[in-house]
Amino acid sequence: MKPTDTQASPVLKVVPVRRYGQWLTTAVLLGLGALAVRSILTNPRFQWDVAFGYFLNAEVLDGLLTTIWLTLVAMAVGIVMGVLMAIGRRSDNPVVSGAAALYIGFFRGTPLLVQLIFWFNLAALYPVLSIGIPFGPTFASGSANVLITPMVAAILGLGLNEGAYMSEIVRAGLQSVDPGQTQAAQALGMRKGQVFRRIVLPQAMRVIIPPTGNETIAMLKTTSLVSVIAIPEILFQVQAIYSRTYEVIPLLITVSLWYLILTTVLTIGQMYLERHFRRGDLRTPQRSFLAVFLARRTEQEQP
Amino acid sequence: MTMVEAVGVHKSYGGNLVVKGIDLTVRKGEVMCLLGPSGSGKSTFLRCINHLEKIDAGTIRVAGELVGYREHRGRLHELKDAEIAERRAGIGMVFQQFNLFPHMTVLQNLTEAPVLVRREKPAAARERAHELLARVGLSDKAGAYPRSLSGGQQQRVAIARALNMRPGLMLFDEPTSALDPELVGEVLDVMRDLAADGMTMIVVTHEIAFAREVADTVTFMDDGVVVESGPPAEVLGNPQHPRTQAFLAKVL
Ligand SMILES: Nc1ncnc2c1ncn2[C@@H]1O[C@H](COP(=O)(O)OP(=O)(O)O)[C@@H](O)[C@H]1O
Ligand SMILES: [Mg+2]
Repeated sequence: MKPTDTQASPVLKVVPVRRYGQWLTTAVLLGLGALAVRSILTNPRFQWDVAFGYFLNAEVLDGLLTTIWLTLVAMAVGIVMGVLMAIGRRSDNPVVSGAAALYIGFFRGTPLLVQLIFWFNLAALYPVLSIGIPFGPTFASGSANVLITPMVAAILGLGLNEGAYMSEIVRAGLQSVDPGQTQAAQALGMRKGQVFRRIVLPQAMRVIIPPTGNETIAMLKTTSLVSVIAIPEILFQVQAIYSRTYEVIPLLITVSLWYLILTTVLTIGQMYLERHFRRGDLRTPQRSFLAVFLARRTEQEQP
Repeated sequence: MTMVEAVGVHKSYGGNLVVKGIDLTVRKGEVMCLLGPSGSGKSTFLRCINHLEKIDAGTIRVAGELVGYREHRGRLHELKDAEIAERRAGIGMVFQQFNLFPHMTVLQNLTEAPVLVRREKPAAARERAHELLARVGLSDKAGAYPRSLSGGQQQRVAIARALNMRPGLMLFDEPTSALDPELVGEVLDVMRDLAADGMTMIVVTHEIAFAREVADTVTFMDDGVVVESGPPAEVLGNPQHPRTQAFLAKVL
């Protein structure tokens, strides 16, 4: 057979595949979207004016602050517990790794709502909590009703439960780091803690950050569960208002808008964090927002 | 003066004996090349020297000090993590896969351990790091991340990183085995320079020409034991043991 390139081949026009299915889907979605928007805007029972009227209401803003604060504290507890349990799971000591597995199994295996109510009612189980030596002297003690306030119950419930999920995320992150990294760091004389903090954890962060962002967004919304133990977070506040005014739908819109705003902010923050911990991935180094910020700070510190 | 002294070193992994009684001595300033077929326990033995692996029997002394143990009233007491780390800091190690820290720039790779482990002033560690980078021919790469470098460049950074701890002994575990052939030379040049500078080195390698030229002693290992050891001209030029002869016939 002769090579074809000896013949002058005519320039042929390229006809792209016609994607009729995609056009149809697009048309249907646009149509449904238009209907939804029209209905939302024209149905007076949405009461948009009322929804926006409560947007900056003092009680709503109070609840908003509680929600943000509770999310941050619960995630902090969750991350600390998660790192501890992930390290525990990797321990050579079977009692330690078993205890960590038990913790994770218990908190993942029972509903959060049950855990919250359980913590709230701890006083029924242990009326007096005390610090001391088991079977020995007691240094301090107090009534569980006083110590376990609803807020403490909420933080314990949300934080400890989150710790179980975070530990799996942290564990996957730690596993993703090449063991050669640990060996190289040890060979340079770093101690176990230094290897973990400076070498393994920063590299694990690339794998840990994205699901942690998801967990934080989920936590923001999960905090609404603690309204059942009378924590005045944003949903509780809104419920308190509409139980007086019966403006249920507009107030649910108010609270949804706030949740949407917060999750959007968190999503943007997560994007910057991910970029920071991906440094070194790219062939041409790109300094992340955080790296530039930290570099500027250390430059300023130097005389 | 003796830099490394191994006596009757044994190491097994879960009942599988890998190092079966190694005795060897490396003088200060000596370059020893360790040869041997794959799986003969070369890496394992090297990792025992800086206690990345715990030995089951025997003793290893580096600069007169037991690695990983303290001798007290005729007993060996295992050292704590911090004490082992302190002794490891004086032994440099270079790996086949480079193992640079990917989340740090080249300069940070070099300064991290001196500042963290030796508590050096960052400025002092940086100054030496720049000198070392110049020495391995990578002055312009201080701000680069490891992934943007070629294998040969990464391995030269890894050598500079180990040297910035000012070690008295350097261990190399097949430093050129993961490199494309045209990049092997630049790494061997750096090692040759280091040997000429009087560094004590133990080099696991398959580069016979390098061993012949640079080594003071060539040690041939097979199946967890030292089969033959001596000056390169003898071991490489006139091997006495049939296993050495068979190995050299294959690699030469
Ligand atoms: N961490 C480990 N766990 C179990 N077996 C190992 C481990 N490291 C090495 N080995 C085994 O020990 C033997 C010697 O390995 P190695 O020291 O790497 O040999 P070499 O470096 O000479 O090729 C091999 O059979 C290998 O499978
Ligand atoms: Mg090996």
